[in-house]
Amino acid sequence: MGNTVNNVIKRYNGDETRLMDILMDIQSELGYLSEWTIDQISKALDIPKVSIEQTVSFYHFFAKEPRGKYTVYLNTSVLAVFCGRDEVAKTFEELAGCKFGSVSKDGLIGLFDTACIGMSDQEPAAIINEEIFTCLTSAKAKELVAGMKAGKTVEELKGKKYGDGQNSNPLVRSMVNSNIMKRGEVVFADYVPGSGIKKAVSMSSNEIIQLVKSSYVRGRGGAGFPTGMKWEVAKKAPGDVKYIFCNADEGEPGTFKDRVILTEFPRLVFEGMAVAGYAVGAKHGILYLRNEYRYLRKYLEDILEQMRNENLLGTFISGKHGFDFNIKIQFGAGAYVCGEESALIESAEGKRGEPRDRPPFPVEKGYLQKPTVVNNVETLCSVVRILINGSEWYNKLGTKESKGTKVISVSGDCRKPGIYEIEWGFTVNDILKMVEASETQAVQVGGPSGSCIGPDEFSRELSYEDLATGGSLIIIGEKRDLLKDVVLNFTEFFRDESCGSCVPCRALSGMSKLIMERIIEGKATEKDVAAFTKWQLIMKKNRCGLGQTALNPIVTTIKNFPELYKNRIKAKDDRFCPAFDLEKAVADFDAATSEAR
Amino acid sequence: MSTFVKFTIDGVVCMSEEGRQLVEAAAENGVFIPTLCNYPGIPPKGSCRICTVLLGGRPVTACTTRVAEGMDVQNNIPELEEFRKSVVEILFAEGNHLCPSCEKSGFCELQALAYKYKMTVPEFPYMFPKRDVEAWHPKILKDHNRCILCKRCIRGIRNSEGKPIFDFGKRGDKLVINIDPDTSKNISDELAQKSMDICPVGAILKKEKGFDVPIGKRRYDLAPIGTEVEK
Repeated sequence: MGNTVNNVIKRYNGDETRLMDILMDIQSELGYLSEWTIDQISKALDIPKVSIEQTVSFYHFFAKEPRGKYTVYLNTSVLAVFCGRDEVAKTFEELAGCKFGSVSKDGLIGLFDTACIGMSDQEPAAIINEEIFTCLTSAKAKELVAGMKAGKTVEELKGKKYGDGQNSNPLVRSMVNSNIMKRGEVVFADYVPGSGIKKAVSMSSNEIIQLVKSSYVRGRGGAGFPTGMKWEVAKKAPGDVKYIFCNADEGEPGTFKDRVILTEFPRLVFEGMAVAGYAVGAKHGILYLRNEYRYLRKYLEDILEQMRNENLLGTFISGKHGFDFNIKIQFGAGAYVCGEESALIESAEGKRGEPRDRPPFPVEKGYLQKPTVVNNVETLCSVVRILINGSEWYNKLGTKESKGTKVISVSGDCRKPGIYEIEWGFTVNDILKMVEASETQAVQVGGPSGSCIGPDEFSRELSYEDLATGGSLIIIGEKRDLLKDVVLNFTEFFRDESCGSCVPCRALSGMSKLIMERIIEGKATEKDVAAFTKWQLIMKKNRCGLGQTALNPIVTTIKNFPELYKNRIKAKDDRFCPAFDLEKAVADFDAATSEAR
Repeated sequence: MSTFVKFTIDGVVCMSEEGRQLVEAAAENGVFIPTLCNYPGIPPKGSCRICTVLLGGRPVTACTTRVAEGMDVQNNIPELEEFRKSVVEILFAEGNHLCPSCEKSGFCELQALAYKYKMTVPEFPYMFPKRDVEAWHPKILKDHNRCILCKRCIRGIRNSEGKPIFDFGKRGDKLVINIDPDTSKNISDELAQKSMDICPVGAILKKEKGFDVPIGKRRYDLAPIGTEVEK
């Protein structure tokens, strides 16, 4: 065991900023990170145990205790619940003989909850020993547990029926489906590999930045910052060493577009990174990929290798003197907040994913304090297209302030969930028609951090000027209990995923869950509901986007579905506290005194 | 040579060195901006949010903001004072704070701010979390019930070899500050005392010491928090 630790640390030259990789490699060899292992790592890297522990305990997928020969991470998202997750979980628990959050006595099967794994259109889904299992049912869970007890390999458990597109590529062989339902002109159009880079080398870096600026393309992760401007600032930032990050840490429940883009058009993404590197003057590219997508590792690494062989990565790219660029993959370890660009950088440096204070912005001081551009997967694809087809072509797509197309992940109560690339400007109604949704109660636009709207707003259009979205629509049918099935689930999600640094985010996300439960149980007062308006103002003063939006599921439903809350308020008089349970409060006393008698 | 700049706080013209921390620059000009996670001499973190001010109408933390020419800062306005009171109340409701029996009572910045903002009963739900008291360390007692997770000890305390002895564990509402058994092993009495002093509340205590200043003579009995700054 001591050898494993030393070998892995040697592999990374004892560099503590590679702690994420070190921990992941050691865990994959030893199964988990014991106190003893952490002690060894601490000694070898010469950093305190408590600091190693800080990183280990922050991430969901780092295990301090064995998590079973077969580790089942079953998704807890709203979409999984819609598709019968509770039944599947019950079957797993009954047959494995342990509860979620624990391992069976014989150490064979570990059952764990996990936040959205990016399979919202094929739920319930689970990760079992790094492989994805989709569309689970009780019957399938039964089959899986039987297979585990019979000692089958994960390969055998998975079977030989693979998903569409590149999911059946020999290096992927996954049952995941890409489900591209509508191809647009930007991301999912036909494309000749290498054409973006070839075009780039015929231009100067300034020309590229001017072109990107004139296309008005904005960041597709949700914040919508103009990409050309970001590149320009990074180019002008002093320093020889600069970095390009591709943010592939999509973790917002209901969002899975980046997974599909990386499965079907990975070269487009990598070319986008190389072009960004050329424009900014960066030689290092890092794809920060969420751990949930680890099943794509071999496939993506092979593509990077091919691109190096084709001189589309490496040195003298496409014969251009001074155009050197390489890409490596950095995996996350299960933390939604790492999708925030400065938290992502902290994580890539081996630390807990805590967002940084800004300024300085990453474009000035980012990864290892060097100028760093962080772009979303879809943004990088758009840039390559703009390079090939020009900004005039791009500007013809979309609306006045929102140019181009948007790839959206559609899930929930509709006949055709999946990936849709649409021009900006489509209304929610247009989309509902396209995905064949009927009897729709509400639509969650832009994930839990976005807003939940009702039918009277379905005529609004998707665009930066109206309904902005990082890329997901969750359709909620009439039969759903919006507060219990959706809002409470999202509230728990934000509580679990807060980094805990800012006081309002850390405390109010847990307190909100408590109050939401009271509301659902009919034990809340009007005051409790009204308090959320004030709480929202407090949350707006958090440091990062997660904290600032964590109450959006509650406040947007209070605004758009006030009657749902009103119907749950039973208390007639606000002076009383209906949540107070007298019997429970005096239970200890009663037990003690009855014993004494 | 340093450059002096003019800026305004609530419309009053102030002067300070360019690039000075806004909290300090305000204090130099007789304006109190409350802080909890900030501590002189250690890099600011902006995590408690209580020093939030409006800069050109936008909320920023004064501990992480550097003064520049022409800054227009809003500080003592109802919106922010209410927010600050809420932060104090949230911290009381989030942990388990029993002032009357706390060794830091009268020296506690959280308690002092609660008096300043006239907190009575928090409007936030008490969470009554189950938290540990760690007493294994020979010189330090760590009471997680009273910890407000401000990170001052993490940022400000180093042992004789320059290594940290405190660090975060976990995340979200399970966030905790841990003590390293190795780097904290042979710390001096002075460092244990410094750890206690750097803690704004009573979460880090130096063992075998406490209640040595009588009520009425404790720091905040003599002068309420902020009065040392306010003109």
